[in-house]
Amino acid sequence: MTMKRFLSKAEMAGLTVGFILVLVVLPALNAFVPSSSPFHVTDFALSLCGKYLCYAVLALSIDLLWGYTGLLSLGQCLFFALGGYALGMYLMLMIGPRGQYHAALPDFMVFLEFPKRFPATGGLPPHWVPFRHFWFAAAAVVWVPALVALVFGFLAFRSRIKGVYFSILTQALTYAACLMFFRNDFTFGGNNGLTDFKDILGHDINAPATRRALFLASGLLLLAAYALCRWLTTTRFGKIQRAIRDSENRVLFSGYATAHFKLFVFVLAAVLASLGGALFVPQVGIINPSEMAPDKSIEAVVWVSVGGRGTLVGPILGAVGVNWLKSFVTHSAPEYWLYILGGLFIVMTLFFPKGIVGIPEQVRALRRRWLSTRTGAAPVEPGPAAIAHSKAEP
Amino acid sequence: MAKEFILTLEGVNKTFDGFQAISDLNFYMDAGELRTIIGPNGAGKSTMLDLITGRTRPDSGTIEFGKATDLTRLNEYQINRLGIGRKFQTPSVYTDHTVFENILLSLPDTRSVLGTLFSRVTPRQRERIHGILTLIGLEEKAESKAGALAHGQKQWLEIGMLLAQNAKLLLVDEPAAGMTDEETERTGELLLSLAGRHSLIVIEHDMAFVRQIASKVTVLHQGSILCEGTVEEVQNNEKVVEVYLGRKHEPKRHL
Repeated sequence: MTMKRFLSKAEMAGLTVGFILVLVVLPALNAFVPSSSPFHVTDFALSLCGKYLCYAVLALSIDLLWGYTGLLSLGQCLFFALGGYALGMYLMLMIGPRGQYHAALPDFMVFLEFPKRFPATGGLPPHWVPFRHFWFAAAAVVWVPALVALVFGFLAFRSRIKGVYFSILTQALTYAACLMFFRNDFTFGGNNGLTDFKDILGHDINAPATRRALFLASGLLLLAAYALCRWLTTTRFGKIQRAIRDSENRVLFSGYATAHFKLFVFVLAAVLASLGGALFVPQVGIINPSEMAPDKSIEAVVWVSVGGRGTLVGPILGAVGVNWLKSFVTHSAPEYWLYILGGLFIVMTLFFPKGIVGIPEQVRALRRRWLSTRTGAAPVEPGPAAIAHSKAEP
Repeated sequence: MAKEFILTLEGVNKTFDGFQAISDLNFYMDAGELRTIIGPNGAGKSTMLDLITGRTRPDSGTIEFGKATDLTRLNEYQINRLGIGRKFQTPSVYTDHTVFENILLSLPDTRSVLGTLFSRVTPRQRERIHGILTLIGLEEKAESKAGALAHGQKQWLEIGMLLAQNAKLLLVDEPAAGMTDEETERTGELLLSLAGRHSLIVIEHDMAFVRQIASKVTVLHQGSILCEGTVEEVQNNEKVVEVYLGRKHEPKRHL
């Protein structure tokens, strides 16, 4: 019943083609086509695409909040970065003595004289110790952002913080976290962050096969995130989400604890963003506090609005499209990128409020209007008599 | 007294920034009653509904639902779950959902986060939804988006949503506002048909509408009750005439 409203046959076909392209064709072109061929996808290009896929997951998480629940979070990159840091900590500890200082500790810990600060653990801050285990880091990717979102969301929603005040608070949250991570004594590498990774699960992180695996994992994560959001929209929960967006008081006065619903969505979105961040970091090879700077989160909101909020395909298209454009522009004319991004946002908001996904409907509406004015004017020219006359002719 | 009140407000006070919106208000209502509340602007009518539904808390006084349920300690959704439904002054429906879905989301069966994730529409629910749609005259609009309804239809839909909640007490704020005469009359008939099985408090300005529905009228003035009685009694009450004639915006022509 609700299926047809969200996913037409054309969308379904487009999605299938998109995911086959991502999950099969791109990795195959990278692995099996010789690098001399024009069809070869370089390792660099594949990692770039993998990065876009992670951004698409982030965009989906923003849309779940903004497009479907009416909560404009301007701090979603905090959770993206938290996931990145959690996995980055594991990757740092896998470097071993291959760093600049040839020490067992990560370089920045040697440089900042951590052995003096944490003598009991040989210089490794105690909370870093369990991150030697991949499973611990992977679990942290889920529970750390979930906990942050749970505490922040609980306080915000219990105090009935709404609309622009909520947006400002989320922006403040990510900014505060960003400043904290910039500090060297916060033990996460300060402004340099975590980088120079070597291995993941015993595989060379720069080997083409590892890159392909990471790319595939990103594609599968996006597919899973998409399927989850898609399923949510069909449930009664999804309907309540949109009802909260359209008339929160009515939902509250219908016996629903709207704060619980908003909290659930906020935590879920945080975990999704974090998973995206966790796969982003091994592919770009670095995570630092600039990933949680306020402007990053705003940029991610722009992707969603460009693609079309309140749809599931829109944010994916927006994230991939805008970032592809960014890679292209920052390569050929870097000084113009911010103007283009700003202009894009203004033009889309003014002329295409429903984003890229909404353009076909806008075109159809224009065409209907054009046709109706034409048919409205039509009888004046040939007239009923003329039609009768032309019909009479052989 | 043998009879049991469904709603009791005693000694209720509420001040907003020095403005006494509700002052020592005592209000009693029988189960099954259809009560109309009138009063000039700023008399405290909407504040009274806010207090009953938990949107604001009184500074002092007691608000009880049924025998011994203290409403002043509960929040909006808890009060709603007890069986107190509220219709807002401006129609509040889910514009992006169909009429059917609007009623579905108002059913009291599944209202927890996990419950709504895994619940399905049962045949019994479907039957009930169509029953309500027939009652409010929107059966044919079941699959239309609520946002596409006419103003009057939205008001009826919202009343239908309260019915779906199994509300024992319905608080209806200005249901006839912005309606055509015909729509107003149909709304009156709908409300009258609900009295008895439900208890209703209707806030209204339109005296023609009040005359159509009212058995008992409460006049609110400066946060407390000025008088209570039948429409005739109230209209002939000197204090009421004075209050209304003394104000330029109020509907003295109706009185």
